[in-house]
Amino acid sequence: MIVLDTILQGVLLGGLYALFATGLSLIFGVMRLVNLAHGDFMVVGAFAVLIGVDALGLPILLAAVVAGVVMFGLGYLLQSLLLNRTLGKDILPPLLVTFGLSIILQNGMLEAFSADTQRLDFGALSSASVPLGGGLAVGVIPLMTFASAVLVILFLNWLFYRTELGRAFRATSDKPEIAQLMGIDNNRIFALAMALALVVVAIAGLYLGARATFDPLIGPSRLIFAFEAVIIGGLGSFWGTLAGGVILGLAQTVGAQISPEWQTLAGHVVFLVVLVLRPRGLFPRHVD
Amino acid sequence: MKLLETHGLTAFYGDFQALFGIDLHVDEGETIAIVGANGAGKSTLMGAITGRRSAQREAITFDGKPIGGMKPAEIMARGIALVPEGRQLFPSLDVEENLLIGNYGRKVRGAWSLDAVYRLFPILKERRKQAATSLSGGQQQMVALGRALMSNPRLLLCDEISLGLAPAIIKDIYAALDAIRAEGASVMVVEQNIGQALAVSDRVYCLLEGRVTLTGRPEALSRDQISAAYFGGGR
Repeated sequence: MIVLDTILQGVLLGGLYALFATGLSLIFGVMRLVNLAHGDFMVVGAFAVLIGVDALGLPILLAAVVAGVVMFGLGYLLQSLLLNRTLGKDILPPLLVTFGLSIILQNGMLEAFSADTQRLDFGALSSASVPLGGGLAVGVIPLMTFASAVLVILFLNWLFYRTELGRAFRATSDKPEIAQLMGIDNNRIFALAMALALVVVAIAGLYLGARATFDPLIGPSRLIFAFEAVIIGGLGSFWGTLAGGVILGLAQTVGAQISPEWQTLAGHVVFLVVLVLRPRGLFPRHVD
Repeated sequence: MKLLETHGLTAFYGDFQALFGIDLHVDEGETIAIVGANGAGKSTLMGAITGRRSAQREAITFDGKPIGGMKPAEIMARGIALVPEGRQLFPSLDVEENLLIGNYGRKVRGAWSLDAVYRLFPILKERRKQAATSLSGGQQQMVALGRALMSNPRLLLCDEISLGLAPAIIKDIYAALDAIRAEGASVMVVEQNIGQALAVSDRVYCLLEGRVTLTGRPEALSRDQISAAYFGGGR
């Protein structure tokens, strides 16, 4: 029973990591940009939900919707006003700029919200669980997290493979210069990709804050999990990212069963093993 | 009515001047050919017209309005489409998606649609769900041509469309070009293959070391004239 429970909890934790990772994967896939401030944006998302709940008195899910809309706008502006200027043949400028952005965001949030740990409260749902029989039970919040990850990925797959905008995302990712010759405005496409990614980040922030406490400085440590999930899964495939998240979640939960201090370490070890054996990840995109 | 015009167009790579005051024009419904050896400036000229390299604003006009130095997407939105050298299909898109991307964001009504492109190249309909880069070279060129047509351009630019293709396939591609011209678009063909270029065009411009060395109707030009303009006189 403990084995089954461990696997179940690991898979559900994987849903959270998949949410962390999907935005990162989306941005890298479309514009080859590695966003080092990704983790901090998740914390921004969590604080945005917190403001909605505490200051505006909104129900938490409505606050999350408002946060998503705000993050969409923030992402669009961030990309069109700042990050588009850093993109080019050299991959260093976007790394440096997003690294700087990470520091600015952390210190900005410290100023605004202090270093206190916070938590997003789902009320009665926070402690609710669904019994599965045989003494097994899963928490409602972890279930919602996993379901949200699957829904986000279903939506993104639909968008990327069934819509005109998705075709433009993929064409721009393949050959940005040629895409422009088809009349596609790369800067606008990149801005929309970042806007979408920050909506996913807001959803990730919601569950980041609901499943555990957060403070202004935890972004970078969550970024590592996002990176690991993306790279385990293989770049450029959203389902691969979900698989990567689940593998990372399983590794951590199994590690924690062995010994508490093994939790994160086991995740890193699995990540390293995948990197050594399958450097392109478990489910890489065919064309690259 | 002049559709595309360049006025004393110059271009530089650093200190190296690649184009020296190019004057040319394409009339509405006309097909012109730009011929020249490697390094004559054909690609640079194409780059300037499509916005991939900088140009003085007034040096290029389309439909009477200056387009020099504008962004590629803006230039294309005005009714120009390009069949780029080397085909440049999108590898993660299938054949049909590659065609559809050709009219991204602009719904110009005209003769060309997915169905019309499939009528022109029936093989593409059979292969529509295949990855575009899995097709043969000739079929890929059909996709590149079809993709450009999807936007119903007023001016179609074809950059070295016969390069690397077997003679029989080149014939097919140029036969398709005739069908395209019949629908009324102006066409500008850039070619190293002189025979093909002369056969298809109403007028020809010969480029040598960044200058127009010869221009006229193909039937009015002698072999010797063309040879001198292409390779340089006295050589």
